[in-house]
Amino acid sequence: MLSRVAENVYWLARYLERAEDTARLLSVNSHLLLDLPRPTQLGWSEIIAITGNDELFDEHYPTRDEASVLTFMCGDRRYTGSILSSLSAARENLRTTRDVIPREIWEEVNQMYLNVKEQVGSGITPRRRDAFLGRVIRSCQTVNGLIESTLSYTEVRSFLMLGRQLERADMTTRILDVRSANLLPRSPEDLTPFETLQWMSVLKSLSGYQMYRQHVRLRIRGPDVLQFLLQNQKFPRSVACALERLANALITLPRHEAALNEVETCRQDLANAEIAVLAAEPDRLHAFVDDIQVDFDELHEAIRQTYFAQPEDGAQTQSQTQTQTQTQSQSSSGASTPKHG
Amino acid sequence: MSKVNWDDYLSKGFYDELIKAPGQARPEAELLCHYLANLDARELAEHKTAAEVAIQLMGITFTVYTEGNMIDRAWPFDIVPRIIPLEEWRKTDAGLKQRVQALNMFIDDLYHDQKIIKDGVFPAEVLAQSVNFRPQCVGISTPHNVWAHICGSDLVRDDDGTLYVLEDNLRVPSGVSYMLENRNVTKRVLPELFAGGRIQPVDDYTSQLYDMLASLSPRPGDDPNIVILTPGIYNSAYYEHSYLAAQMGVQLVEGPDLMVGDDDCVYMRLIDGLQRVDVIYRRVDDMFIDPEVFNPDSMLGVRGLMRAWRKGNVALANAPGAGVADDKVVYAFVPKIIEYYLGQQPLLPNVPSYLCMFEEDRKYVLANLDKLVVKPANESGGYGMLIGPHSSAKERAKFAELIKADPRNYMAQPTLNLSTSPTLCGNQMEPRHVDLRPFILSGESNWVTTGGLTRVALTKGSLVVNSSQGGGSKDTWIVDLAGN
Repeated sequence: MLSRVAENVYWLARYLERAEDTARLLSVNSHLLLDLPRPTQLGWSEIIAITGNDELFDEHYPTRDEASVLTFMCGDRRYTGSILSSLSAARENLRTTRDVIPREIWEEVNQMYLNVKEQVGSGITPRRRDAFLGRVIRSCQTVNGLIESTLSYTEVRSFLMLGRQLERADMTTRILDVRSANLLPRSPEDLTPFETLQWMSVLKSLSGYQMYRQHVRLRIRGPDVLQFLLQNQKFPRSVACALERLANALITLPRHEAALNEVETCRQDLANAEIAVLAAEPDRLHAFVDDIQVDFDELHEAIRQTYFAQPEDGAQTQSQTQTQTQTQSQSSSGASTPKHG
Repeated sequence: MSKVNWDDYLSKGFYDELIKAPGQARPEAELLCHYLANLDARELAEHKTAAEVAIQLMGITFTVYTEGNMIDRAWPFDIVPRIIPLEEWRKTDAGLKQRVQALNMFIDDLYHDQKIIKDGVFPAEVLAQSVNFRPQCVGISTPHNVWAHICGSDLVRDDDGTLYVLEDNLRVPSGVSYMLENRNVTKRVLPELFAGGRIQPVDDYTSQLYDMLASLSPRPGDDPNIVILTPGIYNSAYYEHSYLAAQMGVQLVEGPDLMVGDDDCVYMRLIDGLQRVDVIYRRVDDMFIDPEVFNPDSMLGVRGLMRAWRKGNVALANAPGAGVADDKVVYAFVPKIIEYYLGQQPLLPNVPSYLCMFEEDRKYVLANLDKLVVKPANESGGYGMLIGPHSSAKERAKFAELIKADPRNYMAQPTLNLSTSPTLCGNQMEPRHVDLRPFILSGESNWVTTGGLTRVALTKGSLVVNSSQGGGSKDTWIVDLAGN
């Protein structure tokens, strides 16, 4: 399999998962806000903070009200993580890999992109918000279903799986971050009456409420939910489960040792998490999420180095170095290939 | 849509491919015409819609790149096929093989001893001014001495019914995927007519192409690594590149996917490292394939590719420099070229041509601009032409100046009365002008597509069949009348 095609396929899966999980992130926030009492000083501002795009947002929007945040997160092309940008990037990556991916998948992604473009064009009002986010999530699930049922078990599927699972692990931790990012009152007494509601909405946004009840069989409690979403081996959207499936895809590929080591690091940091402390102290949870995201970046870097990097980046024999360097300077300015970041 | 009534169908002054005279179908078209006439208006409309739906579903597109926007347009297709009897096609097939064989001998000669020039058959001055002659290719030997492995020749029929060769595309001819997809669409829309096996199949092309490419491999015996090199998604023929790669099961690569090592072999960058490439079907123009030798700013090619090719470590199809025979001035010499190399008379006629570089021809051209079609030697896609009978005095004056300034670059031909074929236009069956592009493969042996791509000028009276300029296409049936 060509490195360029592998890279495009990997990013296709990341962007699709990012679109879906961004929709889930917005969904958890709106449900959380609806359940909280009026005086609580909570809002949409934290969503922007979580994405790390305060500067970009403040440059273009005067206030962090619901309408602005929704517009930014759903349909602003200047923000590369918006739903529209993600789908557009997924579509571009798919366009150059149509020869390896079944045609129906292209058609579904293409149609979803065109629909989303049209809908954000006419504005995402709070009233239409849930329906819009729900449609995005469902369309992404349709694509995943098509992949599941029509794509052969080849390297193409392995790279799709790497992209999807890494993005999912990353986004699940970000969704947990909503819970931590100064979103909630500091004093435990303030928190208690609404804690259950809040953790429930986190679970529901990840379609995990029923599965949680089956696995945990206890009333909803912070530490249990956190443990479920971080360490449960069986729930598909938990971080541990995503890493497990990523590792399974990785071992089908050649030269997987370096990347597999990084997966191991992620898993160890995950296993060592002191769940009770993280659930009680939002700042600690936030710091933990930061750390594990650094692990994810290193895992991504290992995948990139092993499979996508041009050989002149150091992986090949010395005798070929000079020629390769010349080719590299050319390819880096190449016009037509992948979009990522 | 109204019901088809062949009594009302008249293609005045032109040879029509299906209808001999109002109400009278040619023998090879009788079944089809009868079938169409028996459809009521609603059924006919349904057939047309079915074809449109099939094209959209199958995602058959061509790309138009304008003002920074890339648009994949649905392929314009007419459901009424164009039909040629098998008997006639056999002769055409033989004529095309003869022609391409001679052209390949000609190209090989030009890059070696240039005997044809020494023998006074082909003027040295024509070669000296050819923009497609590549001095970098002199002395190189290609597998089977073939340079133009894939050739697309354009055929047109005049009002007397004769098929002429209008031009030979020896650089990177495109359109073959549409020939194949047109057949797929037609099978969906008119399945009844395929019963009986009279219509010759076309779908052998991709396996023939694969075998031909494999025959070029510098490492015989091995399972060769074949790739298609595409300029990328912004190229108007990207759909075709991707289609052929998928059909042959080979990698579709872009320039940066390949590299040339210190051993002067070509490698592709795979996820598990570098893998040697044996044959490259390149769909990138000569000038962009290797920045080391040609256009230094090219980002579409591979540095060192020419080095690898010269050493015989990789095969390129078509070979760089093959375009020297893809020149409208060289075209005029093809009958002589066939005679010179093969000692045979051409089986397929050329359109009579006047070369402005010769004083006598030039005088005739300048005096008859209103009757002739004037073409620049090296443009393709129907650009930069003067169609005399449809031109204004001002345009003719401009072309007279252009010809005088650069006579080598222009040639002229009489305007042909291009044949027509019935085409569904709006809600009517109307005659529209067509041409035909068969594809000829040359490796160890020669092979010609069964029929080819019929292109149709959808605008009434228009002679321009190029898809970039409002042309469409039809399925092409080679029909065996003996099978009746």
